This record gives sequence, C-alpha cells and structure tokens, in this order.
Amino acid sequence: MKVLSNEVYIIGAGETKFGELWDKSLRNLAVEAGLKAIENAGIYSKDVDAIYGANSLAGIINKQENIGALIADFSGLSADGIPSLRVESSTASGAAALRDAYLSIKSEEYDVVVVGGVEKMTDIHGSDILEKSSSILDREWEAFFGATPAAMAALIARKYMHDFNVDKEALSMFSINDHLNGSKNPDAQFRNKITLQQAMNATAVADPLNMMDCSPLSDGAAAVVLASESYMKKNKKEGVHILSSAVAEDYLSVGSRQSIYTLTSTKLAAEKAFKKAAIKRDDISFMEVHDSFSIYGLLELEDLGFAEKGKANKMVYDDIKLDGRLPVNPSGGLKAKGDPYGAVGVGQAVDAYRQLTGKAGDNQIKDARYALLHNMAGTGASSIIHILGE
Amino acid sequence: MTELSRIWRETEYRYNLIGYRCKNCGNSYFPPRDICPKCHRESIGKMEKVKFSGNGEVMSYTVVHDAPPSFKRQVPYVLALIKLSEGPVITAQIVDSPEENVEIGTKVHMVFRKIRQDGDSGIIEYGYKFAVNQ
Repeated sequence: MKVLSNEVYIIGAGETKFGELWDKSLRNLAVEAGLKAIENAGIYSKDVDAIYGANSLAGIINKQENIGALIADFSGLSADGIPSLRVESSTASGAAALRDAYLSIKSEEYDVVVVGGVEKMTDIHGSDILEKSSSILDREWEAFFGATPAAMAALIARKYMHDFNVDKEALSMFSINDHLNGSKNPDAQFRNKITLQQAMNATAVADPLNMMDCSPLSDGAAAVVLASESYMKKNKKEGVHILSSAVAEDYLSVGSRQSIYTLTSTKLAAEKAFKKAAIKRDDISFMEVHDSFSIYGLLELEDLGFAEKGKANKMVYDDIKLDGRLPVNPSGGLKAKGDPYGAVGVGQAVDAYRQLTGKAGDNQIKDARYALLHNMAGTGASSIIHILGE
Repeated sequence: MTELSRIWRETEYRYNLIGYRCKNCGNSYFPPRDICPKCHRESIGKMEKVKFSGNGEVMSYTVVHDAPPSFKRQVPYVLALIKLSEGPVITAQIVDSPEENVEIGTKVHMVFRKIRQDGDSGIIEYGYKFAVNQ
C-alpha cells in the first residue's frame, strides 16, 4: 500500500472586508478574494490545478447555484478548463472546502489548489434572512415549529447556565473579547469595542441571548492557495504547514443529542486533529473558533479540551485575550470579524496564515507557532478542525 | 410558498405526536426515523410507529423575539426543548401559559395548535405545541 506522504502548505491568502457590502455581488466578492490569494502566493492561473469553492446559502438567498462554474468563469479561468467544484457543509462549508483541497493534494492528485469561500447575505429583505438561515437546522422538526439558529443556541445556553451555575456575564465576555480584537482587524465588520454594560443590555433576540451574543449578517469572501511540499520547494516558495485536518458529525437536531451542551462533533474532531498533528494542547499558540453565538465559544473551549465541562467561564476574563495564555479569535471571531457562512472557515485560514507568517499587523501574537481552527455546521452537527504550524 | 404535499406527508406525526420505536432495542425516537442510530442494520424492518402520551417536562426554554416572517405575529413566543416521558426530546412552543410559569423541569402536556401561516394566501399549518400542566 502506498503511504501518503505529500505534505500540504498554505502559500498565499487573501480576503475581502467582511460586512454589509451593498456595492458588491456574490461573484465580485469571490473573484476579489481569489485574486488577492493568487497574487499573495505569487502564482499564475496556469499553475492552478483545481478550485474548491465553499458556499452555504447562495441557492436560497441569491437564487444562484452552480457556484463552482460561476467562480471559475468570473475569475477568467473557464477557457482553461480548470476544475472548479462547490463544497457545501452549511456554516462549515469553508473548512470543508479547505479539507477537500487538502485531501486532493495529500492524495497526490493535485499540486496547487485554490480554496475559496463566499457568502452574500444582504441580498435579501429584512427578516426573510431568518427563514433562510434557519435551513441550517432541521427544517421539518426544529425550524417548522419556530426555531431559529439563535433560539437553538439560547436553549443550549439556558440549560448550560442552569446546570453549571454560570452567569450571563461569562457569555458576554466572549463577545467583548471578539470586539476588542476586531477593533484592530481592518477586514472586520465591527471595529468598535463594547463594554460589559453594552454586552449585557443589548436588545433581546432569544432569551438569554441578546444582539451582542449573536454574530451579524455578513457578506464576504476569503481564499487561500494550497500547494504540495514538492511544488513549494521546487518553486522556492514559503508556506504554513497544514499539520492535520479532521471532521466529525453529530445529530442534526439539538434534541437528539446525548447532551445538549456537549459539542460531540467538536470533541471527536479535536481528538483526531491532535492525534494526527502529533502536538499537545499546550503547544497551541492561538485559536479561531466558530462562535456564531457566544455560548458556543464557551462550549468550544471545553469540548476542544482546554477546560472542563462547565468551567470555561474561568477562561473568558483573561486567558482568551490577545496577550493571554491562549488567545482566542484574534481576528475578531464571528461576532466582530463577521459571519459570512461559507467564507468563515476559509477566513480563519487567512487569519492563521497571517499570524503564522508574522503579518497579522496590530493583532499579531508574539511567537505564534501553532494555530487551531474550528469551523462548525449548524448547531454543532459537523465540526471541522485544522491545525496549522511550522 | 410551501408545497402542500410536503406538509401533508408529515401531518400524521405532527398532529398525533407519533414517532418510532425500535423493536430491537426498545428505544423510542422523535422525529420519525427509518433506522435506529443504536442498532443500525439490525433495526431494518423493526421500526414501528408509536403514539406518545404527550406528557413531558421542560428541559430548556427561550423567549424568541426575533423570528422569521411566518412567525412574526406570534412574537414573543416561548420555544422549548421538551423531554417526553417516553424519552425523546423535541423542539416545540409552549402556549396558553404565562412565561413566568415556565421553568426548567416544569411539567407540560401536548396541545394541538396552528403552527404558522404561509403568507397571506398560503396554507395554514398545524401541529403540536405544549401547555403547562395545571
């Protein structure tokens, strides 16, 4: 049996600003991010073996499917016949595309692959977006009865706070950290810092969660260029090593799960990712985690293995800060950097690439060596983890 | 607009709180599923319909303030995870009961209600909600 040995590196990265980008279309965003990544990698279209494009909701928001072809066409690559596929795994589409691209190089099918993620969420009227975004839940047995992504997160939050005697302030601290970091990220949707008072007293969305516990509606795109070790060395390029990629699933509906506040998919994916990367949790310099709702940030600290169940509140005041023991979401996370569904996972890779190459600007973490990226679908149905490093 | 057939094919389960029981291990499930996640292929052909009592207790709840258009008229509404006495945990609204009477552990029972209306000219959809026991 052939042993797969071709290591995979990120050799370039780029993204659009995240936010309400009224003047930009789905295709504008995808092309802008892709070109930035290609330019950053110093490669040309003739070098690209394939494109993996991530997107979650274009079919129902923008009424556009066939995203793979759309991206290739408007990147000017159609005439070259470069394969371009769309990868969908709900809000984890970005990491899913990154993983598929990683596997395609690992398997030695390709040498250079562009991974893009794009979402255009503001092309829809008012609260209609909640009807669409609720498709990340079980439509027939959750959303049908009035559940929204925020409501499901709130159900998890209430039970968690009740069983572990955790107060709302701990959840707010996660959002405060996101905003503090986002204030220094030029690509972030929100660049304002928020106070505890603002975080605690914002407009109610789904009790106990308020607007400051919920990620915004975002447009945005991100892209990275992956290359095989052999291509990278032959062409004298430098890159960030993808040490491991892991994915795991859980029940689609929250109610079907063994424990509603345990992200089993995250736990399982983390175990696999650390095992494959052969590093310890203490080695991680920083993490980007999928905190679409503040409660998930706490659960992720626990289920990724950095805190005991019910004890993540001990970490949210100091440890997770930019200069803390384990910086979390130096980019601003989903709350402040933004939450363009299909672009999130690729955006995390862009941030990690910048951090690990010392180009993260005001958010630079000193001596950053290893990054853990966590992208999650729906309310935890799928989790995809990448560990990057030297 | 939702297709009528999509709603119609689930009415038996939503109107009567009917789920499935695996004859291999005895576990009950809601929503309905064709395969038992515990027994896998051993459960093929052994999943039977079961009507639940409709009794349960609140595992968790929230008050929804920001809702999709088809639920706008009901805002704010109480949504809960209800643990049925037979085991399954389901997502449903709690109605006919002041919000302050709802707590984790509160005993509830199923009631049949209008769930939502698909726009001004679309169909009206019905199903289960829950009410606090007196």
